[in-house]
Amino acid sequence: MANHIDDATIEYVGILAKLELSGEEKEQAKKDMESMLDYVDKLNELDTSSVEPMSHVFPVKNVFREDVVTNGDGSEDTLKNAPEAQDNAFVVPKTII
Amino acid sequence: MSKNYETVIGLEVHVELATKTKIFCGCSTAFGGAPNTHTCPVCTGMPGSLPVLNKQVVEYAMAVGLATNCDITQNCKFDRKNYFYPDNPQNYQISQLYLPICRNGKVEIDVDGEKKDIRIHEIHMEEDAGKLVHDPWTGDSLVDFNRSGVPLIEIVSEPDMRSADEVIAYLEKLRLIIQYLGASDCKLQEGSMRADVNLSVREVGAEEFGTRTEMKNLNSFKAIKRAIEGEMERQIDLIEAGEKVVQETRRWDDTKGASYAMRSKEDAQDYRYFPDPDLVPIEISDEWMDKVRDAQPEFRDEKKVRYKEEYDLPDYDIDIITGSKHLADIFEATIALGSEPKEVSNWLMGETIRLVNESEMDIDDVSFKPEHLAKLIEMIKNNEINRSVGKEVFEKVFKEDIDPAAYVEEHGLKSMNDEGALKATIEEIVANNPKSVEDYKAGKKKAIGFLVGQTMKATQGKANPGIVNKILTEILDNM
Amino acid sequence: MSILELTAVELGKKIKDKEITVVEATKAALEQIKAVESDVHGYVSYDEESALKRAEEVQKGINDGTYTGPLAGVPMAIKDNICTKGYTTTCSSKILENFVPTYSAQAVENLIKEGVVFLGKTNMDEFAMGSTTETSAYGVTKNPWDLDKVPGGSSGGSAAAVAANECFMALGSDTGGSIRQPASYCGVTGIKPTYGTVSRYGLIAYGSSLDQIGPLAKDVTDCATLLEAIASHDEKDSTSVRLESYDFTSALKDDVKGMKIGIPKDYFGEGLDEEVKEAVLAAAKTLEEKGAIVEEFDLGLVEYAIPAYYVIAAAEASSNLSRFDGVKYGYRAKDYEGLHNMYKKTRSEGFGAEVKRRIMLGSFVLSSGYYDAYYLKALRTKALIKKEFDKAFEKYDVILGPVAPTTAPKLGDSLSDPIKMYLGDIYTISVNLAGLPGISLPCGKDKNGMPIGLQLIGDCFNEKKIIQAAYTFEQTRAYEAPAIAKGGAK
Repeated sequence: MANHIDDATIEYVGILAKLELSGEEKEQAKKDMESMLDYVDKLNELDTSSVEPMSHVFPVKNVFREDVVTNGDGSEDTLKNAPEAQDNAFVVPKTII
Repeated sequence: MSKNYETVIGLEVHVELATKTKIFCGCSTAFGGAPNTHTCPVCTGMPGSLPVLNKQVVEYAMAVGLATNCDITQNCKFDRKNYFYPDNPQNYQISQLYLPICRNGKVEIDVDGEKKDIRIHEIHMEEDAGKLVHDPWTGDSLVDFNRSGVPLIEIVSEPDMRSADEVIAYLEKLRLIIQYLGASDCKLQEGSMRADVNLSVREVGAEEFGTRTEMKNLNSFKAIKRAIEGEMERQIDLIEAGEKVVQETRRWDDTKGASYAMRSKEDAQDYRYFPDPDLVPIEISDEWMDKVRDAQPEFRDEKKVRYKEEYDLPDYDIDIITGSKHLADIFEATIALGSEPKEVSNWLMGETIRLVNESEMDIDDVSFKPEHLAKLIEMIKNNEINRSVGKEVFEKVFKEDIDPAAYVEEHGLKSMNDEGALKATIEEIVANNPKSVEDYKAGKKKAIGFLVGQTMKATQGKANPGIVNKILTEILDNM
Repeated sequence: MSILELTAVELGKKIKDKEITVVEATKAALEQIKAVESDVHGYVSYDEESALKRAEEVQKGINDGTYTGPLAGVPMAIKDNICTKGYTTTCSSKILENFVPTYSAQAVENLIKEGVVFLGKTNMDEFAMGSTTETSAYGVTKNPWDLDKVPGGSSGGSAAAVAANECFMALGSDTGGSIRQPASYCGVTGIKPTYGTVSRYGLIAYGSSLDQIGPLAKDVTDCATLLEAIASHDEKDSTSVRLESYDFTSALKDDVKGMKIGIPKDYFGEGLDEEVKEAVLAAAKTLEEKGAIVEEFDLGLVEYAIPAYYVIAAAEASSNLSRFDGVKYGYRAKDYEGLHNMYKKTRSEGFGAEVKRRIMLGSFVLSSGYYDAYYLKALRTKALIKKEFDKAFEKYDVILGPVAPTTAPKLGDSLSDPIKMYLGDIYTISVNLAGLPGISLPCGKDKNGMPIGLQLIGDCFNEKKIIQAAYTFEQTRAYEAPAIAKGGAK
């Protein structure tokens, strides 16, 4: 096992991913991530130094929309699934800046 | 202060582009409206929705880049910036990190006659966030996505500025360029132009930069100036006290004149940028770039030269008028309607600026129609109204954009040009003011002024002063 | 012959010829659902009332000439990660338990225009993350051939519903094999189209650069016909490719003479079940006998596809799934203190273990300091894999191989070892990385009577070649349904 994931890393990734793991889940997550990363390390066998990263498979470029208003008042649909709404807006716990 | 310090400032300027629709969907960018009325599945991050790029955004961004001497990235793409916040519906913002559309630009600023280049590191395109409003009754916050997806460009400067004055000069310069391009109205108060200030201090002569902080929430030039001065002092105090400046984001509270760290344990500044798989790369051909370049308007420096040559206006006037694209537009439109340039300039330089200052508004919010100014000038020229009535009417034009002709008609403000009618009034005034007549006859020619004034008063200011003078002189000289 | 035994195209023809009404067909499917659903559990939800109402409308539309296509009136199912306006779409996740989209996916819009009847939404691995349909928050789907076995995944509900005659055809989605592998396990046919052929608008994203919607049905004809109905250029999807032709059914020809078929040796090595190997090679032999030129070749980098895939898919998923936060739609935790606690509780309670596992991995590989080593490395590997396929398609029209190393495993066997489960996708995943089209169709059964699938892979936008090869092979054997499909008997 080349990769070692410590508590701090799991804690940190949890903050990034907004996931709260129980003690047991954390231990499992550490093990899972270590074994996945060991497996992914297989990629290091390949010399990719001269290869461009490929994010899109096809050379499709320049897909644009014209600057024309096509949408009307969407508030009803937008709010239809809201867990909590008030005054045409979504309600969330107090945000402090 | 035992040592000499210098301030090193770089700016991140966000500008809302003047497109009709949002960057990735066909929703309107219009201000106002009830919360969430300008929204759709795309700009509210509904599952399964996908973004499609507004072409005008690319053209505006390119235009600003070309006007600020940037290299255009002919193969650019969008990346996702991942962070959780309720105003960010997908919890990632579509932005550009790896291949921003413009790089390596510069603009020249002028502070007290000293010219200096401020380098631009990059300009990238991104989407704006929604708005959060705190509800004091419930203690909750309300989210409105009307602004979510409004297109922004972020102009990132190099740390080339050394004072608040340089920062303001740089912002003014950017604002004018972008306004001239029509790419944005760049209003700080309304948030269509926003500046984040990166600031560090170091001892004069030091090679290395100090640790910088980023200051947000600066919505006026005054606030920017105060925030820079405040942060400079705060950092110097820390250093003098042997403490360290912490790299952090701070929020400026202009009413308190102080800033606060915005950090929390839950805000790891790790945005996990990666290319957005939902959007395809943008390829900007030479032809496209040329087309955008060819469509660029006359910028301020070119306008200044032309105004001098074509209209022979004083430098001072030219400076003020071209200092606002909006004012220059009014000026040119009024002239196009046949008004004499110097006359138009006088109205803008005099009454317009006076009224703008009086009402503490932004020159860019002046909203009267050039037609109405042209008509007013014409009426004065044709002696339909006199100049002092003209000023009164102009105030109405300025404040309510009324049609001056209709207004003059309705309020009976037309000049009294009828010599017969005026003569009767004047004869009566002469008869009632023997002292003034005596003075006049005794050689005090100035006494005529009092009589003119009395006549204007009697006619509620509508008498044509030239005619009044002529008749008075005739009567007095014949006495 | 009962209505249920008809293929979708056969049924469409009989409806057009007024031999069967749309309501009769819909009722037959609904009866079958009611009979077998407690065993199979192919659906997350179905709606008898709205299906019958729609059936009546469609019948009118057929009578007055509004709907003239080959699938008009055919009752079908939709995978539950594809948005259906006014109808709950959950991705088999608790976090979307009550989500009712206000829009339909473009593929669904296209089908509405075709006049199909929607029965319900099929079960899947939560957010399409899995190969067994066991990670659904709404119960496990079972393999209609053996209720102790998995139907495959993530489109396991769609494949099982087709196999069990709970619908005449279904939509699935394929990110790493999620149409082809369950088709193989359930003995039905499925196509993963070339990336960009079917609009992704309204498909709830897992790995955006890999996801494609595709058909699952009883045979190649149905799949080609359904693909023809859903494929379109969509201006709402920037990655949608405008094709010269959206005709796929003209490739339904019993002819492979001169077709060059390559068999990657690397697909027949260690880990491949012997019975699967034999069945797949026998299928190759059959095609050779029919006139195809079949040869073995070396397809490189096969073993690198899975690690590259899991990095890319997990990274994209971690970002795609961040929108589920309890603010705008779906589940929100009941008790929380403040914003960040609300986010964390909502997501921790709303997502299942496998989804959390992949979000954690995805967040990690994109995090500061690891992006180059993992994410960019994976994208570079993807480029190399694509190159390997490009080389192969210079020589071959079609690549032939197995869909999965084994037939359907027992319920509960896979989840205990994620890496082992991921390894099951070795033959399907590289197709998604390279954006290629692939078809899975039955080619035999193992000694336990479980179906074995054959995979044919084509070059980009060359669906017609794999459809033609598949159709030709299919002519040599009859479609076989599991016992449960015939009137609900176990």
